[in-house]
Amino acid sequence: MRGLQPWRWLGVPMLQVLVATILFGIPIRVFDLQVPQPVFPMALAFAWAVIRPSVLAPFAVLILGLFLDIFWGGPLGLWALCLLIAYGVAFAGRSMMAGQGRLILCGWYGLATATAMVAGYLFVLLDARSAPGPIPLAWQFVATIILYPYSQRLIDLFEDADVRFR
Amino acid sequence: MSLRDNPLGELKVPLAWGGAVALIVAVVAAAALLLSDRRETFKAEAYGVSRKASDTVLAPVGDVLATPGRWIGQGVDYVGDYFGAASENHDLKVQLKQMRTWRDEAIALRSENARFRTLLGLKTDPPIPMVAARIVTDSHGPFADTRLANTGAEHGVKVGNPVMSEDGLVGRVIGVTDGASRVLLLTDIASRTPVMIDRTNARAILTGDGGPNPRLDYLRGRDPIREGDRVLTSGDGGVVPRGLPVGVAVKGLDGRWRVVLASDRAPIDYVQIMLFQDFTQVVNLKELSQTPTPPPTPGPGIKPVESDLQALGKPDAIAAAIAKPAASAPAAKTPVTPAATATATKPPAAKLDAAKPSAAKPAASKPATPKPAGATAKPKPKTPPTDGGEA
Repeated sequence: MRGLQPWRWLGVPMLQVLVATILFGIPIRVFDLQVPQPVFPMALAFAWAVIRPSVLAPFAVLILGLFLDIFWGGPLGLWALCLLIAYGVAFAGRSMMAGQGRLILCGWYGLATATAMVAGYLFVLLDARSAPGPIPLAWQFVATIILYPYSQRLIDLFEDADVRFR
Repeated sequence: MSLRDNPLGELKVPLAWGGAVALIVAVVAAAALLLSDRRETFKAEAYGVSRKASDTVLAPVGDVLATPGRWIGQGVDYVGDYFGAASENHDLKVQLKQMRTWRDEAIALRSENARFRTLLGLKTDPPIPMVAARIVTDSHGPFADTRLANTGAEHGVKVGNPVMSEDGLVGRVIGVTDGASRVLLLTDIASRTPVMIDRTNARAILTGDGGPNPRLDYLRGRDPIREGDRVLTSGDGGVVPRGLPVGVAVKGLDGRWRVVLASDRAPIDYVQIMLFQDFTQVVNLKELSQTPTPPPTPGPGIKPVESDLQALGKPDAIAAAIAKPAASAPAAKTPVTPAATATATKPPAAKLDAAKPSAAKPAASKPATPKPAGATAKPKPKTPPTDGGEA
């Protein structure tokens, strides 16, 4: 197969992320502590931007962000915008990431995630006129950074899948 | 073969541009949605159809997915209860002994309260009906702290209803649909709750910041709070009833006063939604807004225009009311506009003219209070006492 079918690199990971988000939204406590709530779609936003340029990918990121906003009950459009910013950072640095090792890619993933979180912080600051606590923000950042292996796996799987972008 | 010679090499540029344009369009759409969002308001329509539809779907899904976790939790509790029964029994006996003292005190206070209420004729608040619900999904990020409960509009739940757990206040309802309610927790960045310190009665606003311990803003008074003070809802503004337990005050690492929430003592799995209606929901705002405004007080010497009086509904009565102060005012020197004078001479204003002394007369000739027509005749000029000749 010469081309890369959208359902393979966009559809299936989207479903995986949706299921993971719902599962981590179940109200359970482990040893009287809440389960961390990472931003699963962040891994996709980064991986999709690295894999190849696409018209569909930004809209898939938008849908995932809107799902997060609705599922988590946050302001509608907040996570959609933050994820698109992360996608934009990775998309802009795509040429610089080409041929780099995993450590550098992980650094870029951290940068994209941090940019999205800072943007979210500022948007919420303007919207609610109150600053979110830095500790919960840091916790969610750490929980999201841990997802990098999933993003790397998607990149490994699909980066060379389309012969036009080798 | 070089990249330039590759016939597919040129394909990268349009796709990259297409991707960039798609990104910009998506960003604009997301920004527009974010700017138009008003999730934390008390207006039911602000919640949106998309949220309602998704909550209707998510509530049963979350309920099914949460069931195994609930079973495991119940199993762990059962095993824990079995092995910890003896020590728990001992603790409960100690607690029961303490509670008996509190019970006796409570009975005495209740009786005393009832007497005071009778003496003062106080109108006490009616009991608030409640609806039980189960929490089916949970989010606890820095930007959103909400939960989805599996009870909704079919049980009379409305936007703004306070939500309690067995330990204390949890939050309030921000969205309702059939079979589901979205609860905004006290820890959410958009949450603002009027509270008071039980010991000093000092008021504050409990402000969520996404963390587990919301902060106390706008604390007033000298030494209003100490570590360990109980924090209750103040009921100010009519959003939540007064006296609901919120938590205990602590000094945060950032030096600000924060609250360890009472509802955080145990997992929030079952909640009670209080069908409490705040003032803005109970009062008939439409009726309030239709209350007629009082007529404007005319300035000194200004004749009321007949058309204005007729517009107010009862021209005769109002004109009579206006005529009194106008008569006593030193208004004669104020020029009357021709239009107003002409209007005042029209037939319906005949009564006005009868009730009102002429505005053209000098102020000095006016009596302090209006008198009958006969009495308002020209005052006699003061004549010096006749002593039989010119002075």
